[in-house]
Amino acid sequence: MNPLGLYQPGSSPLHRLGVGWKLLALLVLASGTFVLSSPVWLGVVVAAVALGFVVARIPLRRCWAAARGVLVIAAFLFLVQWWLIGLDQATVVGLRVIATLAAATLFTLTTRIDAIVAMLERRLAPLRRFGVRPGDVALLVGLMFQAVTTLTRIAGEVREAQRARGAERSVVAFAVPLLVRTVRHADELGEALAARGMGDR
Amino acid sequence: MIEFDGIGHAYGERVVLHDVDLRLAERRVAFVGANGSGKSTLARMVNGLVRPSSGRVLVDGIDPARHGRKVRERVGFLFTNPDSQIVMPTAGEDVAFSLRGSGLSAQERARRAAAVLAEHNLDGYADHPAHHLSGGQKQLLALCSILVLEPDVLVCDEPTTLLDHRNTKHFVEVLAGLSQQVVLVTHDLDLLDGFDRVVVLDEGRVVADDLPEPALRFYRKLVG
Ligand SMILES: Nc1ncnc2c1ncn2[C@@H]1O[C@H](COP(=O)(O)OP(=O)(O)O)[C@@H](O)[C@H]1O
Ligand SMILES: [Mg+2]
Repeated sequence: MNPLGLYQPGSSPLHRLGVGWKLLALLVLASGTFVLSSPVWLGVVVAAVALGFVVARIPLRRCWAAARGVLVIAAFLFLVQWWLIGLDQATVVGLRVIATLAAATLFTLTTRIDAIVAMLERRLAPLRRFGVRPGDVALLVGLMFQAVTTLTRIAGEVREAQRARGAERSVVAFAVPLLVRTVRHADELGEALAARGMGDR
Repeated sequence: MIEFDGIGHAYGERVVLHDVDLRLAERRVAFVGANGSGKSTLARMVNGLVRPSSGRVLVDGIDPARHGRKVRERVGFLFTNPDSQIVMPTAGEDVAFSLRGSGLSAQERARRAAAVLAEHNLDGYADHPAHHLSGGQKQLLALCSILVLEPDVLVCDEPTTLLDHRNTKHFVEVLAGLSQQVVLVTHDLDLLDGFDRVVVLDEGRVVADDLPEPALRFYRKLVG
């Protein structure tokens, strides 16, 4: 599973809605959950986000993957809060986390990175006179997604190799090749970006 | 035309290229040699990724060490590992990424990206997560992201090392069909059908520079 809920191609109203509007909705929703403190209303928000997945026609398999990720984090926070503060407050926090994370996942599932990047470049353009280079900030978004997939893949491959040699339990046998390959990947990535004219603009 | 003029290079104390003089005007040129013979270093000089310690490189009269940007606009570079060349999550986005500085609208960039992908057997993959492609498809995607900029020269550094036999064969066919001047770094001698010129490097020196057949005969004798 991709932790960031990679783009799921589609033509639903949610896919076609402008990135700016979606991002605004996400922010409003996230802050809204902090204003609301009634579990019932928070439940309504969660249901509304769930409805969003239906409207966007996200395949069940991906819904399930997203739900699993969100629920694990929410459950962890719920248990910690329950222990620290009490059941009522923990329920509220749990629902807030579910609503926000699920909405963020829905956002990434229905929005192409390219569109996010283009939007950021437009919005950040006025900051140019303060020395912010919008192109660089935007590239960061794409590379962040790439980094997550690459690290997941490298970690998987290292773990496999480790298992093949019967060294599952060794932290060193995991950490050293992971580090070496990550550094090598970073080198190659930098070189490839330079070749694609990244430092030139 | 790619010119190497009295090129020498050292990484720190270690000298890895000596006195390389080459004028490459042929459409298909290969650099062949053992690991560590200096092929990659030489190839990287063509688009300014490595600056020679001494001597001068010229690509159509422009020096990549001084005008890197201008040269990189005409020289595409394909690396061995597609995973480090693909920077966007979907195939279409990665190709479109190459066109960022072009001033084209987002729609036009997406249209051109889709057209290049279709041309190379990747039609229908524009929205496909790039990391779900096969190794051969990923390398084709990396190639598409270069070709969309319509370079005059394509430098490929061991582009098939990570591919299986069938994907290698397909890749070689694609390469053969390109209109660009191609500089191919390889130690897979089967890739060199139809090449015009093969340069053999050994320990940082050009030890043979000829038509493929005599050059490869020399190379085989060299590696024993
Ligand atoms: N960035 C670097 N820093 C230090 N040494 C390097 C670097 N890149 C290559 N070398 C060394 O330079 C020599 C030539 O390398 P390279 O040009 O990659 O050869 P080839 O591509 O033919 O294998 C090798 O001995 C290699 O170890
Ligand atoms: Mg090399």
